[in-house]
Amino acid sequence: MKSPYSETVLEHFRHPHNVGAIEDADGKAQEGSPACGDMVSVYIKVDEKTKVINDIKFESYGCASNIATGSIITDLAKGKTIDEAKKITWKDAAEALGGLPKIKAHCSVLAIEGLRSAIENYEEKHGLVKEKKPTNMETVRQRLKKVMNPMVGLDLVRTNLVQTIEVKKGTVRIVIDLPADHQFAPAIKEEIKEKIEPLWDVEKVAVEFTE
Amino acid sequence: MFTGKQIYLDNSAATRLDERVLEAMTPYLFEDYAVATSEFAYSQGIEASEALNGTRESLAKALGATPEEFIFTSGSTESSNLALKGVALALGDKKGKHLIVSKIEDFPVLNSARALEKQGFKVTLLDVDGDGLVDLDKLEKAIGKETILVSIQHANQEIGTIQDIAGIGAICREKGVLFHTDATHTFPRVPIDVKKVPVDLITVSAHTIHGPKGIGGLYVRQGTKIAKWMDGGFQEFDLRAGLENIPGAIGFVRAVELVTPRETKRIQAMRDRIIDRILAEIPDTTLNGHREKRLPQNANISFHFIEGESITLHLDMHGIAVSTGSACFSRSLEGSHVIFGIGGDHERAHGSIRFTFGRFNTMREVNTVIKTLASIVEELRKISPLARKRG
Repeated sequence: MKSPYSETVLEHFRHPHNVGAIEDADGKAQEGSPACGDMVSVYIKVDEKTKVINDIKFESYGCASNIATGSIITDLAKGKTIDEAKKITWKDAAEALGGLPKIKAHCSVLAIEGLRSAIENYEEKHGLVKEKKPTNMETVRQRLKKVMNPMVGLDLVRTNLVQTIEVKKGTVRIVIDLPADHQFAPAIKEEIKEKIEPLWDVEKVAVEFTE
Repeated sequence: MFTGKQIYLDNSAATRLDERVLEAMTPYLFEDYAVATSEFAYSQGIEASEALNGTRESLAKALGATPEEFIFTSGSTESSNLALKGVALALGDKKGKHLIVSKIEDFPVLNSARALEKQGFKVTLLDVDGDGLVDLDKLEKAIGKETILVSIQHANQEIGTIQDIAGIGAICREKGVLFHTDATHTFPRVPIDVKKVPVDLITVSAHTIHGPKGIGGLYVRQGTKIAKWMDGGFQEFDLRAGLENIPGAIGFVRAVELVTPRETKRIQAMRDRIIDRILAEIPDTTLNGHREKRLPQNANISFHFIEGESITLHLDMHGIAVSTGSACFSRSLEGSHVIFGIGGDHERAHGSIRFTFGRFNTMREVNTVIKTLASIVEELRKISPLARKRG
């Protein structure tokens, strides 16, 4: 069999580690969506005193690199403190997997983001978040970097689809450079809302299209 | 890793050459390899020319056409390019600059239309219904004064839906516009007789019927306004320049001869078995394409909550080759435009698997595939957050 994936990737793909959901998770997060082709959920149990991740599980809807990265990050994060686990990068995961095809970076980076978001979720729930910063254009831009442009598989910011970002008194207005009747317009709109609405000081998200 | 017998179910992409086709071609590679010349040249050239004419006659006959109406090309991509660009070149300035194609056409038609759009042509992408069928009323309304060509495939490359080309042709004829159909996946299993069906241009290819790669043809009804767009010599009635592929043409004819209704029936039985058993035995599955108006060799099913590249990779580990409409699988990282075209969402596109059968598949293979697939789908759903949410 010929494959662009390393033996380690294939092994994790065939027999992924730490699969499933944790019902009483201390922190959990979901990244991606069916629209972008990949989705990953991460669940963590954290020791309250030592802040060590003593259990972690993941679920994946996605391609082989998504599944394998989900599997490897659970291995890498288990037994680490949340501060150590936050520092795990895509590069660490790719190296542990014996390399990943470049074109698959966006599917595999989701698992890393899922882990970080699950830790953030834990911190929010346990009052560990430092200061609540007000949302500004930059915060919105950062979040839009996680919304895929399904036409090319890269994010909206990188593919220059974000024309305008306005933040005014709890209302975020975003203009996307696509016709409103574009095939992917509804999916993109839905994903933007999913990403921006949870920001603590945002009340309304308006997504508009250029035509 | 898998070391047993491979099961190949991607016959709409490429087929294994039939030995009998190779046997027919061989003399034209080693003995009768000369260029087809005029009748005033040397003997080998005259013989080559006669052989080429013979193949042209056979292939034209398979469509109910005359030999002068059959142009050899390098395959379906070139045929459809010639049909769309050739007609645009011949009629664009004289008659109008509007083309109509269905939105689920294969890339040679779709991207030829897009290329013409950049040159100032207007293109209407015609909607299809949930089964992939073009609505004849919508087509009729879309045809205007400026319309020069309608290009609607005979059957779809991914979901297998067969269009009513007789009905489409009748409308085009009545409105006085040319009609091209891409018959890459139907010829000659689903016959077309140009004496009965009003179609002006037909794309055909040998690669889908266990013939050689790199040989195809374009039927051009006598009197059709079409211009040459690739410059060179005066071959193929001055419509397609380039050295004729005589071994390929000989192989194409033999490949067509070897397709029999009896074989097509056997292939269709495998298609029906895989469709019926998967839909009955694996939960949360959807058939893509029309159940009856369907290519005999095509099954296309979406497995919900899971992603196609993962399914195909697992199948590959078991020696089974299929394709998927998932974005992850493709070179462009785009989900299938066909599944989107029939109103499917991303999840349906990403989870779609196409099984296409050929001469060398067996019912035993079909049973193996179903069994393997059922366990792969179950395993992948166990780790899918979508399956847990809805399940």
